[in-house]
Amino acid sequence: MSNDNSSIEPTSGGGDSHLPERVEADPIADPGLPPHKWRPTDVDPKAERRAERQIAAMFIGAMVMAVLFVVSYFTFSVGDSWDTIGGLGASTVTLGVTLGLTLLLIGTAIIHLARKLMADAEMVEMRHPAASPQEDRDATVAALNAGLDESGIGRRPLVRNTMFGAIGVGLGLPSVVLLRDLAPGDQLDISKLAKTIWAPGMRLVRDVVGTPILASEIEVGDLINGAPEAMFPTEENGYPELHGAQEQIDKAKGAIIIVRMDPDDITPLKGREKWTVDGIICYSKICTHVGCPISLYERTTHHVLCPCHQSTFDLADHAKVIFGPAARPLPQLPIAVDEEGYLVAQSDFTEPIGASYWEREKQ
Amino acid sequence: MSVDTSKVATSNRTNAATASKPGPAGSLATWADDRLGLATAMKKNLRKVFPDHWSFMLGEIALWSFVVLLLTGVFLTLWFNPSMGHITYEGSYDQLRGIGMSESMASTVHISFDVRGGLLMRQMHHWAAAIFIASMMVHLLRVAFTGAYRKPRELNWVIGCVLLLLGTLEGFTGYSLPDDLLSGTGVRAADGFLKATPVVGAYMSFFLFGGEFPGESIIPRLYIIHVLLIPGILLALIAAHMLLLVYHKHTQWPGPGRTEQNVVGFPMLPVYAAKAGGFFFMVFGVIALMGGLMSINPVWKFGPYDPTKVTAGSQPDWYMGWPDGLLRIIPSHWESVIFGYTISWNVMLPILIVPPLMLVVLILLPFLEGWITGDKRDHHLLQRPRNAPTRTAVMVALMTFYGLAWAAGGNDIIAIKLHLSINQITYFMRVAIFLGPVLAFWITRRWCISLQRHDNEKLLHGYETGIITRSPEGQYSERHLPISATSAYTLTARDRDEVLALPSETDSAGVTAPNSRSERLRARLSSWMYSNNVQKPTRAELEEAHHHAEHEAELQAGLDHPADGHQFDDHRLRDADDVPLRDH
Repeated sequence: MSNDNSSIEPTSGGGDSHLPERVEADPIADPGLPPHKWRPTDVDPKAERRAERQIAAMFIGAMVMAVLFVVSYFTFSVGDSWDTIGGLGASTVTLGVTLGLTLLLIGTAIIHLARKLMADAEMVEMRHPAASPQEDRDATVAALNAGLDESGIGRRPLVRNTMFGAIGVGLGLPSVVLLRDLAPGDQLDISKLAKTIWAPGMRLVRDVVGTPILASEIEVGDLINGAPEAMFPTEENGYPELHGAQEQIDKAKGAIIIVRMDPDDITPLKGREKWTVDGIICYSKICTHVGCPISLYERTTHHVLCPCHQSTFDLADHAKVIFGPAARPLPQLPIAVDEEGYLVAQSDFTEPIGASYWEREKQ
Repeated sequence: MSVDTSKVATSNRTNAATASKPGPAGSLATWADDRLGLATAMKKNLRKVFPDHWSFMLGEIALWSFVVLLLTGVFLTLWFNPSMGHITYEGSYDQLRGIGMSESMASTVHISFDVRGGLLMRQMHHWAAAIFIASMMVHLLRVAFTGAYRKPRELNWVIGCVLLLLGTLEGFTGYSLPDDLLSGTGVRAADGFLKATPVVGAYMSFFLFGGEFPGESIIPRLYIIHVLLIPGILLALIAAHMLLLVYHKHTQWPGPGRTEQNVVGFPMLPVYAAKAGGFFFMVFGVIALMGGLMSINPVWKFGPYDPTKVTAGSQPDWYMGWPDGLLRIIPSHWESVIFGYTISWNVMLPILIVPPLMLVVLILLPFLEGWITGDKRDHHLLQRPRNAPTRTAVMVALMTFYGLAWAAGGNDIIAIKLHLSINQITYFMRVAIFLGPVLAFWITRRWCISLQRHDNEKLLHGYETGIITRSPEGQYSERHLPISATSAYTLTARDRDEVLALPSETDSAGVTAPNSRSERLRARLSSWMYSNNVQKPTRAELEEAHHHAEHEAELQAGLDHPADGHQFDDHRLRDADDVPLRDH
């Protein structure tokens, strides 16, 4: 890094080949730096004193604000008064305002000081080429060659190649292999994506509360956000307790929507005629685009819209995509009623739910 | 130093500048220099000159907001618990009490409602992140529009582009940490993006999430990426960015006395250090005010993440908006199954292909320009955007693409606020994303060229005074007066553009030149880039015009007052030499 500011005369320089050859006076000659102009604070003692007072006042104001910051910290409690002022807590607002003003006053005062009272004569520094001088380049290349030559690496390809190989393999392989357990062995099973917790005979329940759904309860036009009964294990239904990650995974994949419409409105896909119960039809809630839970239902058109990227599915027509970036219909869950009249699944989903992936069709 | 400071702030100088005997500070400095030898490096840099212009401050905003991010971020880590362990919230916030959530969500709510100043720091951190990325982008535009990325600064441009990418990733990992409903939705979308990667997508997702989505690993993993990995790289790259800035010395605008060979401005010590240091406090202060007065990311309103729930109007942070917009305007059914394997074009194109491609295009801009122009010189004088019409137009086209994609990312919000059909907005965007940039390119280029013509008009015929004179014959004309010598020099302080000549297809021996195809392409691009530009007038043209103006002046000699239309404003004052004080 070489720079010096020894010269303050505006010189037109030249000669250096790395700099553009400015044709001088093309078409107007450089008039050179304009003469320095004095500021009021340089020539008028009154203005100078005034600036001093302004700067000091700002510094004092900053200190006052800092004290007020401490006062607010101990005066206002958070928690019970979190929305006192404009939806924000009194504590947050007062702390923010006092801290902000403290900092702004310090900043303004320092800049005011720089602009009004510090010397404001512009200086000129000459530039140097970013490139090293040719002799330095030559010397570096010579040193590099000498070093390489003395190492003998160039003359001993066997040593060189095995060395690079050893470093590459010796560092590369372990560091890659060490990351293998990012997904522990029992977890790294892509085929899991194709299965959910749904099983033949499992009841459809309301999400959040977990109560089973009587087919007769649902009115035409209703949409119910549902879940598998296994997500709500009780002694009565006998499902095993779910914990931690597995509970979240099953929840994320098992979410469904149940709608009832006039059976005549439904255009069943071939082979799915028996997947519905009297106009009640059930789909995966997870969008086939990138996996948001879809939720916005328009009962008159039977359309459901994903709020993330606006993919729109027609629930009356096997949930086919009618708008938006999704490529595939929502997977349909075949349903039936059990002897007590509750909705149950006939089976798991017949295809992977949610976003697409490379091996999807293979599973 | 021969700067005349005789009149400067005399009140500062009541004491001698150097003490006669070395005081404690002097002894300490000697002690340190005996061991570190810092004086050699510092003598060169303490008075290093930085040129002054408001637009040079944009990068500084990014730098200082990064410092604020570090400070507020460290504060947050003292309470934040990046764990996906499930607990029941029992803190002060009434409406979530008794609700199950992850420990990271609970600790975020704890910071917001049970740590004094915690919500302020959280909001400052989030606002600073938004400002960090916004200021990086505006700084990038400034650098591109003024041609500051030309040799020798191309590598610093590359570092800047990488900083922008890393800043964006840092923002995403950061706002995902609270594990609230909104950010969890974003993480699930990210899982969908990963899965759309050909061949390895599902495995990438399993490795990131420690198994199937959502698992219990993602938050702690994002946390260490957010607080250590990316900030470490950011810090190192920012240091490299600043070192290169110091090494190259800052670019400057051309003007009297400001040439390619020098740099004119204020010394680092004291003026620039004071201005930059003061500006740090101002950036910090503004962010504190925003954190105190403007709510951002109120996770307690969104509630904890539940993979079966979502809210309408889900939006990522603003800087993630443009890929999200591209994702939204892809037409339906863009997925193919080839040999039984699924290829999700609808996700790959807008997320995995176009954004990285945009980054590559951005990084390549200075190299492409350098290749087309064949210009191997160092450039330290900035160009006005109008004087590089094609470059300016390319940047505006890229901005238009970005802006349209970003707007598409808010298509639901636009539909609701403006009572429009979301389908129609989406159809419009599908076309506009292609037409908009082309239109923007064309308009910008013509606009720049017309501004260049206007500059030449001012040089040759002077500025328009607004005074209409009538000749004895009854002919009306507007009086023009010459612009000042300073302005005239500044307008002409630019290079003439040279279009590369088309190389001959064969060499003298009649053999086809080996590089002739790429050379022809280069010549065509050079012509496309430069041939429409307006060049500054030659000396002869100027002299001819001035001669003409003198003739005009003679005709008006009978007037008893100078009719320049500026008797009552400061236009005339500004160019006069006898005005003693600058208007500060």
